[in-house]
Amino acid sequence: MNNPSEGATQRYELMEKIQMVDFALVELTLYLDTHPNDSQAIQQFNELAVQSRDLKANYEKHFGPLRQYGASFSGYPWNWKDSPWPWQL
Amino acid sequence: MWYYEKKLQYPVKVTECNPRLAKYLIEQYGGADGELSAALRYLNQRYSIPDKVIGLLTDIGTEEFAHLEMIATMIYKLTKDATPEQMKEAGLGAHYANHDHALYYNNAAGSPWTATYIQAKGDPIADLYEDIAAEEKARATYQWIINMSDDPCLNDSLKFLREREVVHSQRFREAVEILKFEKDRKQFF
Repeated sequence: MNNPSEGATQRYELMEKIQMVDFALVELTLYLDTHPNDSQAIQQFNELAVQSRDLKANYEKHFGPLRQYGASFSGYPWNWKDSPWPWQL
Repeated sequence: MWYYEKKLQYPVKVTECNPRLAKYLIEQYGGADGELSAALRYLNQRYSIPDKVIGLLTDIGTEEFAHLEMIATMIYKLTKDATPEQMKEAGLGAHYANHDHALYYNNAAGSPWTATYIQAKGDPIADLYEDIAAEEKARATYQWIINMSDDPCLNDSLKFLREREVVHSQRFREAVEILKFEKDRKQFF
């Protein structure tokens, strides 16, 4: 990012999209735990899971890994430990 | 095992430094009906609950840790720039004397978190009714804090958390019905 404030704005926007999709996935997960035969909800869940994966891959290209223990790839040098952490954003 | 993700479940923004609000919010961090109690209660009960509802307890328990992180973020942002004088004025003088700006698992009145806040009875209906009550008590606590807060950014995040308590309560009520149905079915056949 050349312009730090532009980078910050883009980061917030991408993060917010991920938060929206992932929230729907949390909500569907709990719903499906008690409604396991709702095929429409399962279809929605699987579609959103693909969206979430793609959004995170794009975020991680710009801002580093989101998930630990091998669920995300690392850049060089090791960048999992880099700030900002969620409460610092 | 668990995977950490470098993201909050829902954005947390605060308008300004406000240690007074942080003092009240600590109730949801280390209080009886707070997020730590919720996470530990569900994730502990799941080992002895019928298989049909283990998934639900695991998933809600996990979500509670995401809520704990949101509450921590609120308290951190509301207090990080507070001077010792401001902490004292907000009623956090005793907290500052012991912890500086560190977070600690106690309730709004300063009592440390205790395992006596949570129960595991081994009786699935008793445990699920406790969980429903816990969600309703947490929902009420969020409402009381929102009533005292004049920070619109913070209230947005608090309203999100209040709604999650409603959804969790609903899912636990459905879990009770699932177990009752199973029990009746076994008696008939």
